[in-house]
Amino acid sequence: MKLVAAVIKPFKLDDVREALGDIGVSGITVIEVKGFGRQKGHTELYRGAEYVVDFLPKIKVEIAVDDDMVDKVIEAISAAARTGKIGDGKIFVFDLKQVIRIRTGETGSDAL
Amino acid sequence: MVKSLRTQPLIRPLLAALLTFAPLLAFGQEEAVIDSGDTAWMLTATALVLFMTIPGLSLFYAGLVRAKNVLSVLMQCFAITAAMSLLWAIYGYSLAFTDGGSTQSFIGGLDKLFLAGMTVDSIQGTIPESVYMTFQMTFAIITPALIVGAFAERMKFSAMLIFMALWFTLVYVPIWHWVWGGGWIAEMGALDFAGGTVVHINAGIAALMAALVLGKRKGYPGTAMPPHNLGLTVIGASMLWVGWFGFNAGSELAADGTAGMAMTVTQLATATAALTWMFAEWINHGKPSVLGIATGAVAGLVAITPASGTAGPMGAIMIGFAGALFAFIASTKVKRWLGYDDSLDVWGVHGVAGIVGAILTGVFADVSLGGSGLAEGVTMGGQVWVQFLSVMATLVYGGLVSLIILLIIKATIGLRVTEEQETEGLDLSQHDERGYIL
Repeated sequence: MKLVAAVIKPFKLDDVREALGDIGVSGITVIEVKGFGRQKGHTELYRGAEYVVDFLPKIKVEIAVDDDMVDKVIEAISAAARTGKIGDGKIFVFDLKQVIRIRTGETGSDAL
Repeated sequence: MVKSLRTQPLIRPLLAALLTFAPLLAFGQEEAVIDSGDTAWMLTATALVLFMTIPGLSLFYAGLVRAKNVLSVLMQCFAITAAMSLLWAIYGYSLAFTDGGSTQSFIGGLDKLFLAGMTVDSIQGTIPESVYMTFQMTFAIITPALIVGAFAERMKFSAMLIFMALWFTLVYVPIWHWVWGGGWIAEMGALDFAGGTVVHINAGIAALMAALVLGKRKGYPGTAMPPHNLGLTVIGASMLWVGWFGFNAGSELAADGTAGMAMTVTQLATATAALTWMFAEWINHGKPSVLGIATGAVAGLVAITPASGTAGPMGAIMIGFAGALFAFIASTKVKRWLGYDDSLDVWGVHGVAGIVGAILTGVFADVSLGGSGLAEGVTMGGQVWVQFLSVMATLVYGGLVSLIILLIIKATIGLRVTEEQETEGLDLSQHDERGYIL
């Protein structure tokens, strides 16, 4: 099993959610995050006082899937979240040791 | 020869007496009548000017501070509203408005302490005295409240109250008397229809002194201190714009043509100033900002205030343009260059646009520029000189006395909250409350 974590532009969340639903992903976790990459931050100006805002708001989507789904998930996210402009985000893939469904006590792939 | 010499001195006073009293006898009764149209308008104008402070100015300022200080500025404006109402009624009105006899040039008298003699039948001009007094009360409220912006986010609430009471007594009331109460500036012939000197330059210079004596906010200018809710600020600025019709058109104290023209020139100057600031920022920074257009509007309202009874529509456009341009430069460039922390730009907007407006009042009052005309025998240059003197008098007297009051409070109970309280925010440290519990 793998945990796929994708940092994306906030306005792309709906597209990503739809694309993941289309390939049969049954659950995702969404977190509002801030950070910087190559896009850096932006500047704000209030009556001549300029502030550099280093961290931009992003959305982090986490999806736990079976190994055979990983490539499809990466493909779906990449296609849905891409604008071609700087700041589209990144996808991280982790090995996932265990999954437990709290209600039933199921574990492993059964719990996904 | 002898006879005529003896009779002349007798005839002259008789003739003079006849000429003086005849019109008074004829119009005496008319003067004492309340005009319901004027009164209806002045009741409305009074409400509009109160609306400028609470909630207009309060929201304008509340949005500009950080979230941890939002309640503190709302509280300061509200407390000033209450405190100045009482001080104006107890002694401010009397000292500002009544004849001071031998001291008339500098301060009024004590005849109307505690509003003595003001009844439902008292008349001032064509309106009830109660309406006149309350209308002027709303000016005594907003002027000190304007100063709040300079020391926002760091002044002790108790020190603020004491400062405001002393400033009202020693600065606002005397200058009101000089300009509007028949004092020496009025005698000089200065034009200030709705309060360029009394309100805006006065508040502006006091604000500058407060910013200098209190010192910068902790972390200024290195730390980012962006406005926490510009939505509130724009709502506040819009309320100020609307309320200002009461301020300027109400200053005519009647519902007549001058009041109507005051409304027109107020709208035109403000519209021009809002666009001036917007384009100035667009050119300088690459983008037009909502804070910029709202601030520009306030600068325009300030600039047209002294001229609103005398300037014509095209003069108003020029005044709005100049007021906003100078305020823009003062607030966005000069302040940063000099390094003082007038947190919400009271000096930069009210002081600077107030001075520009007061001087240009002398220019655009001239008939040749569409104004309502200067007094007989007064040239434009002469009027501008008088305007300049009234500005300087306000700056020097207001600045000096404000400075002394601030230094005395600093040396006794202290002006600032502790560093820890400042970091925590004034809402919690001064009031045990938070603006946002989300």
